[in-house]
Amino acid sequence: MTEELIIAGFGGQGVLSMGKILAYSGIMEDKEVTWFPSYGPEMRGGTANVTVIISDKRISSPIIKHFDTAIILNQQSMDKFEKSVKTGGILLYDPNGIIHPPTRTDISIFKVDATKTAVEMGNPRVFNMIVFGSYLKIRPILTLDNVERGLQKSLPERYHNTIPLNLEAIKKGQELVESLLEV
Amino acid sequence: MADIRLMKGNEVLAEAAIRCGCDGYFGYPITPQSEVMETLMARQPWTETGMVVLQAESEVAAINMVYGAAGSGKKVMTSSSSPGISLMSEGLSYIAGAELPCLVVNVQRGGPGLGTIQPSQADYFQAVKGGGHGDYRLITLAPSSVQEMNDFVDLGFELAIKYRNPAMILTDGALGQMMEKVELANFKPRLTNPEIHEKFGSWATTGKPASRKKNIVTSLVMDSEEMEKNNLRFQKKYRTIEENEVRYETIQCDDAEYILVAFGTSSRVCQKAVEIAREKGLKVGLLRPITLFPFPKKIIKELARRAQGFLSVEMNAGQMVEDIILSVYEAGSTVRVNYFGRMGGIIPTPEEVVEALEEKFSWEISYGVKRSY
Repeated sequence: MTEELIIAGFGGQGVLSMGKILAYSGIMEDKEVTWFPSYGPEMRGGTANVTVIISDKRISSPIIKHFDTAIILNQQSMDKFEKSVKTGGILLYDPNGIIHPPTRTDISIFKVDATKTAVEMGNPRVFNMIVFGSYLKIRPILTLDNVERGLQKSLPERYHNTIPLNLEAIKKGQELVESLLEV
Repeated sequence: MADIRLMKGNEVLAEAAIRCGCDGYFGYPITPQSEVMETLMARQPWTETGMVVLQAESEVAAINMVYGAAGSGKKVMTSSSSPGISLMSEGLSYIAGAELPCLVVNVQRGGPGLGTIQPSQADYFQAVKGGGHGDYRLITLAPSSVQEMNDFVDLGFELAIKYRNPAMILTDGALGQMMEKVELANFKPRLTNPEIHEKFGSWATTGKPASRKKNIVTSLVMDSEEMEKNNLRFQKKYRTIEENEVRYETIQCDDAEYILVAFGTSSRVCQKAVEIAREKGLKVGLLRPITLFPFPKKIIKELARRAQGFLSVEMNAGQMVEDIILSVYEAGSTVRVNYFGRMGGIIPTPEEVVEALEEKFSWEISYGVKRSY
């Protein structure tokens, strides 16, 4: 199993930390992982994206042209990465702020209204965990137990009291994800 | 139990330094390697192992602090990125001239000048041919994963001490910023002063006992006959290093007709390029030099006898390709050697590498080397 994934959105949406939790959860499953962020001046505001690779084998290139999965959280990222999904791959997006929804017909498309749900849950900061939950529902490559252990490892101890809330958000995401197209 | 973590390459450099019993780190911040000193400052190893961590006023000061501390037999290091390494080059030449061990890490970024903060491999010549003045060499290690960023700190120190010569980890912003699974090393205690005296007392300034003459650490020799003798000794040492310390990895080279040669980040890209090329039915392998000095000449000579061509894939304008050409020439082979690369902070994609391979070797009649951009 090798999953090559990109998470792309605005800085501050928790793109990098979602990738980090995903990678840590992968380690908990004894997998090889690579987390490769876009870094540079664009990190300070503007778009942020991170490539995460999880594999049973030694990981080769961190530079990927075509991804198995793209998680897209704003329009700029949609413009940039919709075309980067492999044929037969997966695109998951949050419709909030998306003016031009994806139009490809050769990939599976899912959406989750995570922005709205996070507000309803009274905590916009769990936004990324809702999206993460949806991803896990579509691609069940990691068990929830290992995700919990991944959260414990990746969050500083002073935030460990937020783990139940994060898990709740993940479950919300698993419930709410909508399939728009499956190939 | 093994200590397995998800860490950035830069953070791992710091952690590995503490764990291998490093006595001191002197540095000056620069992107994309500032996390090295940030991690050290956050870890506060002076409370744990007694390791000194000091932010110098400049790169020039940092490398001279390394020079001074190394002269007293301490295990010390610095790290910087390309423009900072240029500033340190004078000091590196002095350290090599005074035959002192130390570890220098270059987390390369795009140049020349201040350039970009994105990953590059354009300091290859500077690292392996000597960036400073005079005939000296740095033992140069090129990690290609966060795990190797960890492992090569200890290895770098070990080689530096063994040969009393500065060692360099030549890496780049991608490996510095990337997080991967890493198994951290066990803690090794720092040497005590009596241990340093016993091990390095023959040359280091550890305090002169009545039983021996004073040790003088310097690169200055006024008599040119003496200086030539020093140079001859250095050269002999570099030949010994070339004889004994070559490290490389081959991937699917056994039946390969075309060999990609790449180190560090570009070797990771090439690993995937090999997979893509093999799926297309092209017999392609990868040679990954791990030591850049000493350069793995022998295996290139061997491969030159059975392969039809080499493609050096670099994040620069074509630097390592010159060392490949030299090795192929020394083997008396006329096999074609090509170069493909991106510059200025761009990492090539695996697909680009395969395209370059197909394009360059479709040109059937070749007179030696063809370079194209």
